Amino acid sequence: MRFMYIVTSPQPHVGPTPELLQAMHKLADREIKAGRMLDNGGLMPLATGARVRIADNKLSVIDGPFVEAKEVIGGYAIFELRDKEEALAMGREFMQLHLDHMPGWEGTCEVRAFATP
Amino acid sequence: MTDAEIHRSILAVWRIEQPRLITGLSRMLRDVPLAEDVTQDALLAALEHWPKAGLPENPGAWLMATAKRRALDHLRRRRMLARKHEIVAHDMAREEQAMPDLDAALDDDIGDELLRLVFTACHPLLGREARAALALRMICGLTTQEIARAFLLPEATIAQRIVRAKRILSESGLGYETPRGEELSVRLASVLEVVYLVFNEGYTAARGDQWQRPQLCNEALRMGRVLTALAPQEAETHGLLALMELNASRIAARTDAAGDPVLLMDQDRSRWDQLQIGRGMRALASARQLGGGGGFYALQAAIVACHARASGPEDTDWRGIAGLYAQLSALVASPVIELNRAVAVGMAEGPAAALAIVDRIAEEPALQTYHLLGSVRGDLLFKLGRYTEARAALEAAAELAGNTREQELLRRRAAEAADAASQVILKF
Repeated sequence: MRFMYIVTSPQPHVGPTPELLQAMHKLADREIKAGRMLDNGGLMPLATGARVRIADNKLSVIDGPFVEAKEVIGGYAIFELRDKEEALAMGREFMQLHLDHMPGWEGTCEVRAFATP
Repeated sequence: MTDAEIHRSILAVWRIEQPRLITGLSRMLRDVPLAEDVTQDALLAALEHWPKAGLPENPGAWLMATAKRRALDHLRRRRMLARKHEIVAHDMAREEQAMPDLDAALDDDIGDELLRLVFTACHPLLGREARAALALRMICGLTTQEIARAFLLPEATIAQRIVRAKRILSESGLGYETPRGEELSVRLASVLEVVYLVFNEGYTAARGDQWQRPQLCNEALRMGRVLTALAPQEAETHGLLALMELNASRIAARTDAAGDPVLLMDQDRSRWDQLQIGRGMRALASARQLGGGGGFYALQAAIVACHARASGPEDTDWRGIAGLYAQLSALVASPVIELNRAVAVGMAEGPAAALAIVDRIAEEPALQTYHLLGSVRGDLLFKLGRYTEARAALEAAAELAGNTREQELLRRRAAEAADAASQVILKF
């Protein structure tokens, strides 16, 4: 089963510490070598991005930075795992790294299964 | 949480930790079979203690500590057997201190250790089924029960197979293999063979009622990815991964709602997994870039790629496929490959040309129990209007088919041939 992990945080201006980056890199390396991680990426800050919105039947393009940024997506990963239990175990381990190497950080890792064709 | 749910959660956590566990222990002990033993011990301990005590805060550390303790017990026992008359207490204490705490270093070199695991599990000294069971256990972290279910064999059979394989490895001093360079390329063939065996078992189940077992395909795909990450310079690792990804991309479309097989030409292509096809194409490109486009797996992948590229059955490049089968035939003399080439030639040039190829190989001993010979022959005879012969060939093929779903498909086609034959008779 394929899963996507989406990490969001209400403190988007706080980037990962070098320790956290190193720990995440080690995990990524292990998971690629174990044949479980298919893809991953960290995203550039929202301020450098843009939004294409539809509201009131109108399409508009808005460049960052944005004022009302609540939870911002920081990065994602795509894994091939056996079942939801494994996906949750992996998610826990990933978030534990944040607890260990970036105390005080708050955020969410959303775990979503891919819809099958 | 029910007992079953707890059991599943524990297994899930264990599987996440398993690669790190077994590679770390293997390096520490310089003994893969022993590392495998104590990894399993740790799993059993977790299954026993965690339901009552709850999941530990750091499951990885708990499992590693448990495994190390077991390993120490085992080493002590070995030492006691070696020194039959003396128990030197301070030696054992010294050993306990000397057992390095390599937890920090473990993450750095997982690649090397995984490679060692793979090559040890797939040692050519072991039989193919033994290699497959060991590989699924050590690299994919499957339990004995899961492996048994996957191969539709009794758990005891698989357990025995694994025990015997580990014993063979230990006794021949092959418990810690590190093939490098040219030896690696040569030994790789026995590894790829195992991965392909596992994939095919899931892809076209030899026995049983389910026509395919996707989970096995996923395990094989995982091993394939592991190999491309560990041995990226070997073209055939990419070739095999390409072949598996491209074949697996059709899994959702290969069975209908009733679970009956759907032939490739009849499949709903909107159900082909395009992301998987993309990965397969990239892997094939990697194989070619490394100069391995003419390899055994790369050629097969190229053939499947021809199908994957066609948006509809009428767009299939049959001449291309026939040419690729010809290359494959030149590489490996196999009547099965010739049979497949015949099918492609039939589509490109017509059933008569194909039947000529099939008739030339029909007497090959290897094909006498191969149900697809009769299936292909019957299909070609049908297209040539030789309905009675077609029916006979298809019925004989149905008898040989090991999978009930395939049997049913063949019997249905035989009945169609019978209908067609009777209609011809009625015309007169």
